[in-house]
Amino acid sequence: MDKGNVWKFGDDIDTDAIIPGRYLTINDPKELARHVFEGVRPEFAPNVAKGDIIVASKNFGCGSSREHAPLALKGAGIRCVIAKSFARIFFRNAINIGLPVLECKEADRISEGDALKIDFKKGIIENETKKEKYQVVSMPEFILEIIGSGGLVQYTRALIKTQKRG
Amino acid sequence: MPGQTISEKIFSRAANKVVHAGEFVFASVDCAMANDITAPLAVQGFHDILAGQKEKKVWDSQKVVIVFDHQAPADSLNAANIHIMLRKFTKEQNIINYDVCEGICHQIMVEKGHVKPGDLVVGADSHTCTYGAVGAFATGIGSTDMASVLATGRLWFKVPHSIRFEISGRLPDRVYAKDVILHIIGDVGADGASYRACEYAGEVVKDMNISERMTMCNMAIEMGGKAGIVEPDKKTEAYLKECIPNFKLDSRWRSDEDANYIQRHEYDVSDLEPQVACPHNVDNIKNVSEVEGTKIDQIFIGSCTNGRFEDLKVVAEILGDNKIAEDVRVIIIPASRDEYMKALKAGFIETFIEAGAAVEAPCCGPCMGGSFGLLGDGEVGLATSNRNFRGRQGSAKAFVYLCSPATAAASAVKGKITDSRTI
Ligand code: SF4
Repeated sequence: MDKGNVWKFGDDIDTDAIIPGRYLTINDPKELARHVFEGVRPEFAPNVAKGDIIVASKNFGCGSSREHAPLALKGAGIRCVIAKSFARIFFRNAINIGLPVLECKEADRISEGDALKIDFKKGIIENETKKEKYQVVSMPEFILEIIGSGGLVQYTRALIKTQKRG
Repeated sequence: MPGQTISEKIFSRAANKVVHAGEFVFASVDCAMANDITAPLAVQGFHDILAGQKEKKVWDSQKVVIVFDHQAPADSLNAANIHIMLRKFTKEQNIINYDVCEGICHQIMVEKGHVKPGDLVVGADSHTCTYGAVGAFATGIGSTDMASVLATGRLWFKVPHSIRFEISGRLPDRVYAKDVILHIIGDVGADGASYRACEYAGEVVKDMNISERMTMCNMAIEMGGKAGIVEPDKKTEAYLKECIPNFKLDSRWRSDEDANYIQRHEYDVSDLEPQVACPHNVDNIKNVSEVEGTKIDQIFIGSCTNGRFEDLKVVAEILGDNKIAEDVRVIIIPASRDEYMKALKAGFIETFIEAGAAVEAPCCGPCMGGSFGLLGDGEVGLATSNRNFRGRQGSAKAFVYLCSPATAAASAVKGKITDSRTI
């Protein structure tokens, strides 16, 4: 079981809010993390603790395809992102770099500062503050395989070993 | 077996089996694009994937295109060093590389003939969906996705459901593709087409030229769409004949009559007003009359949405002999070198400079707020680009409105948001 405290966000959190365009020449997750949510929530970067969790409402990560967005969150030590729904490219990117993203229809029940315990295997979120449990929307098998192998790089490496390229 | 949408047909070809929406496939891509922002992480991932392999070559060097456009010409030491690294990589790998003088990646992919109807194209940039304008299925992916494509030429996809947008009527004077797409986004919302292919059809779309169709497809992502697509027709064929030697249109690439759509939307645009997206969301759409008079500090005309010759032509017509209002600065950036050259030969560039605008070499410019032309604290920007998220064009304390080139030009003359039909 993994534990962490919640940072709560609303609808349509876009990738420009997560990491502004002027920092995209930075590719190091730790460096990026210093600027995460800089424009919209300046108190986030200095106060986020390793293992914290982001909870948002619908369409989290909309906008750009910049992988710097999930990387910055990962660099900030975010354990996982829970949202009612995710924008497509952000969702792919997060899985591909090994940042867990959980779709949960009841995400709105979770509040800022709540302590959550997450059972990734069973897909259960336990809200210790509110004494509630929520179910996570399940993912297709091969996506779980990608996550299981540690991300798309590792997954593709394994794939190349078994097949000829091309 | 039900019929197929054009998107399902393209995935069927690329996956080598008949597929329908909802299925997961591993498919071969026909072309892959990355730019100077997304390529570095993709190259790093590519090396990680092939670590330990004897041969470290991309799957097909002539199907990979890398464009320097977001921070071009290099606007910082970091950007300059990234360009050096990427030039070296493209040379070693014999990859197609458009350097800092060529223009915006999406414009280049289409006008240089890297995309054709029926192709499955991926790009490490969300506006890759633009290429649906010529009947390709094109979608944005991340850098790690791209790393995997560089190594194998293949990627996993969920075949998307399609939404059909039927657009009928007749566009009124000074109302354009940009107004239509803003109106649609305002109607369905920022996630209204999440994971869907947005198929644009109807008499208005048939009438649109490729530039206008690019504007429509470009903004599919702004409603969450995985792709925008228009069935290729005679106009597509005529356009592509100029870009691809011996191009011939294959009549396969159209949706079947009995294809399944998850939603259908119909719009009659005969009474549509010019539209404006207000801060800080692209789906915060208002009629121009509701925001007329809003004072503007900076106007940006350009981007992969509206930086083409056809857009610049409208701007030149409206500017005419007028001067840009005092207290407003106008930055105009043609989307590519070719578009710039056409505008130059037509005399538009002279019109712009005479009017008092700054005309820059083709690149993304202020669109992403990563380069020059940023907005400062409290400033108000008006742009023909595609996003107005808080902080997108500089300060998080700035405000960005989005509109058509016509509205931008009229507003430049008045220094405040203006309906182009009033001047
Ligand atoms: S012009 Fe803007 S939207 Fe288009 S590719 Fe460049 S930064 Fe992205």
